[in-house]
Amino acid sequence: MFTSFAEMSARERLASLVDPGSFQEWLPPSERVMSPHLAQLGVPAAFDDGVAIGRAALAGRRVFVAAQEGGFMGGGVGEVHGAKLVGLLRRALRDRPDAVVVLAESGGVRLHEANAGLIAVSEVMRALLDVRAAGIATVMLIGGANGCFGGMGIVARCADTVVMSDIARHAMSGPEVIESAHGAGEFDSRDRALVWRTTGGKHRWLCGDCDVLVDDDAAAFRAAAVAALDAHRPMTLAALQQESALLQARADVDGDNADAFELWSRLGVVEPGTVPDLDADTLRPRRPAAVAALAQGAA
Amino acid sequence: MESLSFSFDGGRTPAPFAPTLVGVVASGNLEVLVEPSADTGCRIAVDTSARGFGPVWEAVLRDFHERHGLAGIAIAIHDMGATPAVVSLRLDQAIAAIEGDA
Repeated sequence: MFTSFAEMSARERLASLVDPGSFQEWLPPSERVMSPHLAQLGVPAAFDDGVAIGRAALAGRRVFVAAQEGGFMGGGVGEVHGAKLVGLLRRALRDRPDAVVVLAESGGVRLHEANAGLIAVSEVMRALLDVRAAGIATVMLIGGANGCFGGMGIVARCADTVVMSDIARHAMSGPEVIESAHGAGEFDSRDRALVWRTTGGKHRWLCGDCDVLVDDDAAAFRAAAVAALDAHRPMTLAALQQESALLQARADVDGDNADAFELWSRLGVVEPGTVPDLDADTLRPRRPAAVAALAQGAA
Repeated sequence: MESLSFSFDGGRTPAPFAPTLVGVVASGNLEVLVEPSADTGCRIAVDTSARGFGPVWEAVLRDFHERHGLAGIAIAIHDMGATPAVVSLRLDQAIAAIEGDA
């Protein structure tokens, strides 16, 4: 049965992802490890500070998992939220599970806790890179309706594998932020088609920022996560140079900041105008050869 | 934000259950944490972003207690402006979750 991943809560996504009944939570809601900042600002806290962490089995393999709840503060990373992610990653270094899988849904740093949140996000990046460097597969699943932006957008790209659905979004600054800073002429955040073809899963996958494109379906995300359990992308000089070459190639064809349709065309995508209407299976063969070649290390 | 607390007497004690969370602290939504308690009654603590709705909470929670009549449980709610109907549904969902747990 088709079940929308985007429509689920973080805990529902977790339950649908891992082997039934295998999730064992650390710092569960009943422990009330909550934000110390929100109450001072007169805002209701969440019992889990918007993220569930723990260990589970995935296709019988031992994984550590985290799921961010986009409904709470837009998935914003506060002090406790970030510390839970860092704690999970550091424990992974010690216990060496087969993989760490993060179900990311976040607008970035929680603005109510700006400084603590910024530090927390940078600590998450460092801890994630440590885990990846230790040869433990790191997998980011981006499928929530709020997308993955800001600091978490950077965190996502630190992982071995990024999986996105076509309706997921991934970027640094969100559409409203860009419009606020540079005006609607630069980026009209209310133009949903523009927003999705600039930040959406298909665009990220066609450009090589995302490794695996799936439909918005819980079973598809689970299958992609299982496939990524053995996808390692070692951080060698050669690998970083390869990634740099991919970025340079994109910058070369997109020197004038063309619309995504034009960029896809220049990257070699056939019939770019039809891309938004295609499902993942239909689009898959149309990925530009250069991008596919560089990305083939993962899945 | 406003913090409210309520206590209702009497009722049956549910079979042993683990602390259970339903819902999300999102706009127009709420989270409900149900835990076993040594109390004989039903204690409910509410943190809500909307001020001045104490009488409405009292009515909704009294209705919940009359429908389920549970004792020996503590309920904690974090609310972000959910309507009374949503609150009632979340509470029913929480009770269905702990009864299914037993």
